[in-house]
Amino acid sequence: MGVNLTYAGREYPANDPYEVGRERIRDFADAVGAAHGAHRDVGVARSLGYPDVIAPPTFAVVVAQRAEQQLIADPDAGIDFSRVVHAEERFTHHRPIRAGDSLVTVLHVDSITERAGLAMVTTRAEIAAADGAPVATVVSTLAVRGESA
Amino acid sequence: MSAGAPGPARPSLVDLAVGDVVGTRTLEVDRSRLVRYAGASGDFNLIHWNDRVAREVGLPGVIAHGMWTMGAAVSLVADWAGDPGAVVDYGVRFTRPVPVPDPGAAVVEVTGTVGALDAEAGTARIDLTVTCDGARVLGKAQAVVRLG
Repeated sequence: MGVNLTYAGREYPANDPYEVGRERIRDFADAVGAAHGAHRDVGVARSLGYPDVIAPPTFAVVVAQRAEQQLIADPDAGIDFSRVVHAEERFTHHRPIRAGDSLVTVLHVDSITERAGLAMVTTRAEIAAADGAPVATVVSTLAVRGESA
Repeated sequence: MSAGAPGPARPSLVDLAVGDVVGTRTLEVDRSRLVRYAGASGDFNLIHWNDRVAREVGLPGVIAHGMWTMGAAVSLVADWAGDPGAVVDYGVRFTRPVPVPDPGAAVVEVTGTVGALDAEAGTARIDLTVTCDGARVLGKAQAVVRLG
């Protein structure tokens, strides 16, 4: 079974909140080698005008990928994860993600195209704070090889 | 750039010109780094830690998470800007995998160059050249940074 092209244009309901903690931010910063003090030290973050430690720019992928599971784990979507290659990723930050955030994500399937046995699936995760203010937009494109490719 | 301190004076738009190199960095990635990133990110795809599975899907062996490479490369920009929160937009294409040997480590070279300046928005676009063994592993890697 190939990727279900009719899923293009789908919008999912807001998912359960993702609670951002200081230790998770520190662990992620360590893993990608983000050495800046604003990821670890509340004093440094405050000196830059943030109320708490802030996440590195690509941390939003952790939040977005949880929302993307709604699509990827849906058997009717036909996305065989063993045939998936990550093709593109883009983050737009309306403000930095910070410790204490309770983030809610709405996942959109922006497009699904298929050519020569390769399906390109582009999703957009709109991440917002508890008060509804936009925090980040994460656009991700997966390439899914067909059975014969 | 030191951790735990805000760092030296932040760069200013008026001092920049398109083509300026803002920095270079050499990153090393070994298997333990990938396990650490898997845990920190929640991305447990087997191709990033299991050679058998990686080979079964046609890879030479375990490869780095593309998202690790993307995340590690942008630290150059965040540190140069003096504020990781100043990176307001960042996108890449994943053009080539980074095979990670065992034992040993893969070496990834990062260079940041001013690609565009927008005085009205107060932003600089930093274009990242990210290579492993001389081949580009990220394409169109661009970070937009808000500067004073």
